[in-house]
Amino acid sequence: MKGNEAIAEAAIIAGCRHYFGYPITPQTEIAAYMAKRMPKIGGTFLQAESEIAAINMVYGVASTGLRVMTSSSSPGISLKGEGLSYLAGADLPALVVNVQRGGPGLGGIQPSQSDYFQATRSGGHGDFRMIVLAPSSVQEMAELTVKGFELADQYRMTAMILADGTMGQMMEPVALDLDVKPMPEKQWATTGTKMNRPHNIVNSLFLDPAALEQTNFERFERYKFIEENETMYEEYLTDDAEIVIAAFGIAARVSKNAIDEARKQGIKVGMIRPITLWPFPVAPFRKAADKAKAFISVELSMGQMIEDVRLAIDCKAPVTLCNRVGGMIPSPEQVLESIRQTAASLGGAN
Amino acid sequence: MTRQFLFSGFGGQGILFAGKFVAYKGLMDGKNVSWLPSYGPEMRGGTASCGVIVGDETVGSPIVSTPDVLVAMNLPSLDKYESTVAPGGIIFVDSTLVSRPVNRTDVTVYAIPATQMASDNGTPTLANMILVGKILKVLNDFEDDSVRAALGKVVSAKRADMLEVNLNAMKLGADY
Repeated sequence: MKGNEAIAEAAIIAGCRHYFGYPITPQTEIAAYMAKRMPKIGGTFLQAESEIAAINMVYGVASTGLRVMTSSSSPGISLKGEGLSYLAGADLPALVVNVQRGGPGLGGIQPSQSDYFQATRSGGHGDFRMIVLAPSSVQEMAELTVKGFELADQYRMTAMILADGTMGQMMEPVALDLDVKPMPEKQWATTGTKMNRPHNIVNSLFLDPAALEQTNFERFERYKFIEENETMYEEYLTDDAEIVIAAFGIAARVSKNAIDEARKQGIKVGMIRPITLWPFPVAPFRKAADKAKAFISVELSMGQMIEDVRLAIDCKAPVTLCNRVGGMIPSPEQVLESIRQTAASLGGAN
Repeated sequence: MTRQFLFSGFGGQGILFAGKFVAYKGLMDGKNVSWLPSYGPEMRGGTASCGVIVGDETVGSPIVSTPDVLVAMNLPSLDKYESTVAPGGIIFVDSTLVSRPVNRTDVTVYAIPATQMASDNGTPTLANMILVGKILKVLNDFEDDSVRAALGKVVSAKRADMLEVNLNAMKLGADY
């Protein structure tokens, strides 16, 4: 199954019956899959007139408490920025998928990770966060889709799957026996009062600054709790590592090949692979910095996650960047060379 | 062991289909597999390629940059990828469409007039599967059961009749 299809099927398994989107390479298979499946299971697939329309349809369905999603690729996600901010302002849960392509602007259609800042810092205006999940296999495309819906509901916010063209287009075996937790009760949802409760109002407009300040404070209390409780990551050979690679998504797959080769050459190198990009898994990096002498951030960007790595380790060790951009992907050889150079600079085995 | 395949040719030759079949064949044999297509603005007549990895270990990078097996179904593909093949690797070319010999001397080369054979067989669209048949034969991987099972995965249920047709094309290639 293709990664894009795995996301679509997992969303259906998670109980999502409403999908709104607009086609863009390299994620169109999600929409195509939904177009085929949704009518058969009583769901809604709608190809909106634009990305902006699609995200506002998501806002509408999210207000009723139902599981809803949209998907796009980089330029399309920028168009959704306003809607993402409104979802945050109204504390609505939704799943948004970004299968990234090269940028900026219309860019290209090949894989990229250069929307890291956009996803982890701000998808739109105002103070807000999204939970950002970074799959590194087709299996994780499916699993994190379910997880994304659950986290979105639990914390009443947007969860974003931040994948890339490779993850979306590649096929791998995938097991779809996914555990889905029951959906929490949503007493805030606009489901009709049936004349026996006060109106529920979904809104992101607060003209009283004191009231608006209070919503921000409350939201950030929630964010703090998420930072403390919801980080996900995978460590690979970090126990004795003198060099630690930070990489997510496709970059982690490439890095793993390079690490295996470097280990054969006697270089003690490992990897921390963040699965949640926000909240960023600070703890394992902090722990690794006690022993590791150098870090390498492998990214398909000009160096975005590297800032979070530096922050996480309080600049206790040098962090270098190993990257390709514009739709190019670092080869295992390039990553290996970067590891070897770093090892040489440490005066270690080489 | 892990084997990396690169299938390449014109769009419309069934490059992605051939790769998909080999990936499913690996899956049926209990291997770890990945399939990654080129997804540029390709269309019929343009270039197409896909990388397939089949192995006992978990697949790391799904990107095939030094294939063990290259399948070149047209000249531009051979020109582009010949130099990338791992030393000791294997190159399969469709000699109906590839006019020049392979220059590398450190690889094994199989030149099969697959397009001509497909045409003679009355199945002009199955040159890809003729080549796949030959590949499986060369790799000692042509077992009827898993081949049929894999074909069942890639041939649409609506066109179940195509299963035997594909199988026959593969046998044609295997016997060449």
